[in-house]
Amino acid sequence: ERKCDFYSSHFSCICQDRSLLVATQLIPGIDSSQRHLGFVWGPGDLLAYETQYKPTGAQHAAQSCPFVHVVRKDEDIYSPILRKLFNESHHIFVGLQNMKDDVPSKNKKHQYVTHVSKNYRSVIRACMEELQRTASDIIPRWFECMFIRQVSILLAVELIWNLCEVLFIEAAPAGSLLLHLLDWVRLHKADVDEKAQEVLQSECPAEHQAYWDVTVCYILQGRIDEARQILLKQASQQPAARVTFKLMDSLLMKMPIYNPGGTQTLTEFDVKWRRWHQECDRCLQDNSFASHPHLELICKILVGDEDTLLEQREHLSTWYHFLVTRLLYCHPTVKPTELHYYAQASMDMFLDGRSAPEPLDSILLAAFEFDIHQVIKDCSIALNNWWFVAHLTDLLDHCKLLQSHNLHFGSNLREFLLLEYASGLFTHHSLWQLAVDYFDHCPEFGRVYLELQIERVPLDTERKALKVLRICEQRQMAEQVRSICKIMAKKALRNNRLGSALSWSIRAKDAAFATLISERFLQDYCTHGTFSDLDLIDNLGSAMLLSDRLTFLGKYREFHKLYAEKQFAEAARLLLSLMTAKIAPRSFWMTLLTDALPLLEQKQVIFSADQTYELMHCLEELTTGKVAPETELSMQDNIEATKIELLRLALARNLALAIVKEGTLEA
Amino acid sequence: MDYINAKFVSQKISKTRWRPVSSSSLQQPDIFATGSWDNEENKLSLWSVGELGLSSMEEDMEGDPQLLCDIRHKGDVLDLSFLDQERIVTASSTGAVTIFRHHPNSQTLSVSQLWDRAHHYPCDSAPCTGVVCNSPEIVTVGEDGRIILFRVDHKSILRTIENADSSTIHAVTFLRTTEVLTVNSIGQLKLWDFRQQGNDPVQILYLTGDRVPLHSVDRHPNQQHIVATGGQDGMLCIWDVRHGSIPFSLMEAHSAEMWEVHFHPSNPDHLFTCSEDGSLLHWESCTNSDAPSFLQGGRNASVISRGGVPQAIGNQSLTSSWLSGDSSKGHLETTHMLPSQTLSVNSLDVLGQCLVCGTDGEAIYVNRHVPV
Repeated sequence: ERKCDFYSSHFSCICQDRSLLVATQLIPGIDSSQRHLGFVWGPGDLLAYETQYKPTGAQHAAQSCPFVHVVRKDEDIYSPILRKLFNESHHIFVGLQNMKDDVPSKNKKHQYVTHVSKNYRSVIRACMEELQRTASDIIPRWFECMFIRQVSILLAVELIWNLCEVLFIEAAPAGSLLLHLLDWVRLHKADVDEKAQEVLQSECPAEHQAYWDVTVCYILQGRIDEARQILLKQASQQPAARVTFKLMDSLLMKMPIYNPGGTQTLTEFDVKWRRWHQECDRCLQDNSFASHPHLELICKILVGDEDTLLEQREHLSTWYHFLVTRLLYCHPTVKPTELHYYAQASMDMFLDGRSAPEPLDSILLAAFEFDIHQVIKDCSIALNNWWFVAHLTDLLDHCKLLQSHNLHFGSNLREFLLLEYASGLFTHHSLWQLAVDYFDHCPEFGRVYLELQIERVPLDTERKALKVLRICEQRQMAEQVRSICKIMAKKALRNNRLGSALSWSIRAKDAAFATLISERFLQDYCTHGTFSDLDLIDNLGSAMLLSDRLTFLGKYREFHKLYAEKQFAEAARLLLSLMTAKIAPRSFWMTLLTDALPLLEQKQVIFSADQTYELMHCLEELTTGKVAPETELSMQDNIEATKIELLRLALARNLALAIVKEGTLEA
Repeated sequence: MDYINAKFVSQKISKTRWRPVSSSSLQQPDIFATGSWDNEENKLSLWSVGELGLSSMEEDMEGDPQLLCDIRHKGDVLDLSFLDQERIVTASSTGAVTIFRHHPNSQTLSVSQLWDRAHHYPCDSAPCTGVVCNSPEIVTVGEDGRIILFRVDHKSILRTIENADSSTIHAVTFLRTTEVLTVNSIGQLKLWDFRQQGNDPVQILYLTGDRVPLHSVDRHPNQQHIVATGGQDGMLCIWDVRHGSIPFSLMEAHSAEMWEVHFHPSNPDHLFTCSEDGSLLHWESCTNSDAPSFLQGGRNASVISRGGVPQAIGNQSLTSSWLSGDSSKGHLETTHMLPSQTLSVNSLDVLGQCLVCGTDGEAIYVNRHVPV
C-alpha cells in the first residue's frame, strides 16, 4: 500500500571512456551500500525496489525506502521538442520505404536517397534551432542544462550524419570528395560567419581586433573569394604594402579549384595545382611576405605547412577541421581509400596526447575508415536514444551498403535497430502510433512485436479503441481484433450498456459473447416485460445469424413487432416456427406459449388446426420431461400449473374452432 | 497544396475550430482553438495566424500559427465548439463538459463553468463524444447514450434524454433551434425534438442492411433538410431528412473512418472531409448541370446513386446541387488538400477562405487560400 511511483530522471552522457559500456544510474533515496536492490524489466522502463535482505554485519537496518522507482531508459522521447523530430522523421521514413515502387532508375534512386538524407538533416537542424531558442527563454537552470545537453547531442548527431552522407551515400570520388568535406566543415564551423559579420559591420573593419582571425579562418576553410574580399579592405588601408597585398591576391586568385562538372580531368587539375603550389612555395622561399607576418602566415597555410597549421589550433578547434584543411592544401585529389590514413595521422597530430579521443572522435574516425558497422555500433553505445542509429542504418540499408552483415541474433542490423527504436516509442503514452509504421517495415519480427505491443495499449475511449482496431484490421490481425472487441464488449457490459456490448461482439464475430448478451436481453425482458435498446435489436439484419440465441432474440422481437402491428397470422406462424425449428431455447418455451395465449383468445381463428396440434405437441414435450412433484407444491409451481391448465383449455377451444372453420371453408 | 502551412506541436490534435467572425464583416478568421488527446496532460490551446500575432513576424513566418495561450484539460478533448467570440465548450473523455473563457487582454484561458461527470455510467464516468452550441444552448452526447441539453449560466442540466441510444452516439449537430441530429455506432441518423417529451426520436434514418458506424454529421447551412454524414468505411452519405429514411446518395471517399465532414458555411457547394487514412478531401459540387465535362479529379470518387428515391421537386432552380437527382448530370470534383501523409487527420474546420486541420502526426495544417 505504501508503494508509489516515482520518476527518476535519467542523466545520460556520452561515455567518456570508450571501453566503459555500463552507464551507472544512481537512484535517489536508496543507499545501495546498506540495502539490496531488486528490479523488474518493463517494455521500456525498469522498476527498481528495495529488498528485505539485510547484509550480514549490519546492526541496525537502515530506514527502508517505501518507494518503487520507475527508471526510464530513454528519457528523450519525453522531451516535447524532440517529439517533433520523431514525428517529422516518421514521415520521411515512411516516404523512403515506399520508394521502391516509385523510382525505377538507379540514378534517380540515388538522387532520392540523398534527398531523403538531407531532409533528415534539416529536421535535426530545425529541432536544434528550436531547442536553442527555447533554452534562452527558460528560467530554471536545470532545464537549461538539459536543453544544452540535448543541443550538443543533436549537433554531434548532425555532424556524424552529414559525414556519413558524404562518404557513404554520395560516395564522392577523388576531387569532389574534398569539396564535399569542405562543405561539411564549413557547415559545422559557422561561427566564422557571425564573427565576419561583426567585423564587416564595424566602422573600420581593417582595424577590428578580430580582422585577422576571420581572414585566417576563411583561408583555413578554403573560402578563397571571401578571404580576397576581406583582404582588399586591409590593402586599401595600407598603400605602402600594396605590392605585397597584390601578390597575395594573385596567389589566391590563381588557386585552382576542381570542378567536377567541367571538362578538366583530375590529372590536369593535379598538374595545375602542383604548379600553383610551387609558386606559393617560391614566394615563401624568396621572402616576398617577410615584411608582413600575417600575409606570411597565410602563405604558409597555402603551402600546407603542418607546423603552421597546428599553431592555428584555436581557429581549427577540431582535428577533423585540421584534416580537411591539410587535405585542401596538401592532397586536394585525395581518394576515398586514402582518407583513413590522413584521418588517423591528423587526429594523432592534433590531439598530440593532450586529451584522449572522445567517443565522437572515434565515431568520425571509424567513418573515415569506411567502417559503417563500427560507426553504428559506437553511436548505439554513445547516444542515449535509438532514433539516430535506426534511421541512419535504414538509410544506408537502402543504399545497399549493409547487405553482407548479419547478426547472430534477430534478423539483421537494420531490423534490430528499428525494432528497438519502435519498441521505445510504443512505451510512450502518445507516440505509440508512430511505432506501428516502423514495425510494418521490419519484415521478420515486426509483426510479432506489433502483436505483442498493440494488446497493451490502454483503451480509454471508444475513439481510441477504433483507432487501435483499425491498425489491427488493416493488418489482418484477427486475434488482436477479437481481443480488443472483447475488452470493449466486457467494459460495456460492466457499465450495463447491453446495446454497445452487443455491437462490439458482433464486430468481433464473437458468438459466445453475443449469446451471453442475448441472454441478458431476454432476462431483462422476462423481468420488465419490455425490450430495451430497440433501435439496435430491430436493425440486426444479417448480424442476427452470429449466434442462435441472437437469432432468437431478433426473431422474437420481430414477433412482438408483428403483434403490435396486428399482423396476427404472421405473428402466430413466426411464434410457432421459433419452437418447431428449435431456435428458441427450451427454457423460453413457456414464455412463448404464454405469448400465444392472447392469440388463441382472439375472436377470429389465427392458429390453424395443424398449427394448434403443433403447439399442443410443444406443450406436451415441455411438460412430459418434468417429473410431477407430488408433495409441497410451491407458489411458483402453482402458477406454472395454472398456466398450463389455461393453455390446454385455450388450445382445445382453438382447435375446436379451427376444425369447424376449416371444415366450413372446405365445404 | 502550395499555401498549406504545417506546424508540429508536440501533441496529437483531436479537434480544431476557427473562432467565429462576425458575419457582417468580410474579415477572414485569424484565431483557432485546438484540443489534444492521448497525452499524459492534454491541453486546450488557442493559436493565431493573423498579422497581429505575438511577435513581429518575419516574411517567411507569415501564416505560421503562433500559440496565444493554452490551458490544461482533464481527459482527452473529444470535441470542442465556440459558444461565442470568447467562450469555448469542450467535451472530455472524463464525461465532463467545460466552458472556457478566453481573456484577450491578458492572453489567458480560464474555466468559467464545469459540469463534471455530465455523462456517466451507473458507477463510472462515460466519455462525452460530441458537443454543439447554439448560444445560449449547448447539447452534448456521449458513450452512455445520453443527450444532454445545457444552458449557459444555468448550473443545472436543462434536459436529459436517457437511453437516447443503445450504442455510442458519435456526433451531434443542430438541425433547427429545437431539433438536433445524432449519429451512432450502428449506422443510424436520429432526429430529436426537444419540444417533445419522452425519450424517443422523431425519426430514425439508416442504411438498410449495413450497420456501418457513422462518425460525423453536418447540415447544409442554407437548406436544412440536406445532411451529410461520414462513416467508418469512409463513405460520404447525403441525406434528405424530409423524405424517406434512407440516404439520398453514397460516395466512396476515404479508405478508413471519416472523422469529420463539413459543408462550407457560406459556399455550401463545397464540402470537406477528413479521415483516419490521413487524407483531407475537398469536394466541389457544380450546380450547373449543363456543363458537358464530367470532371472527376483526384481519386476514384465513384458516385453511387441510390435507386428508388424519386423526388419530384417542383422548382428546379431551388434544388441543391447535392440533391440533383441524377448523379450523372451533376458532377463532383474532389481534390486532396494535404501532401501524402500516413497518420489520421482527426479534425478540420473551414471558414471563409481558411482551413485548419489537426493530425495524429502532431501537426496542424493551415491553408488560408482555399479555392471556394
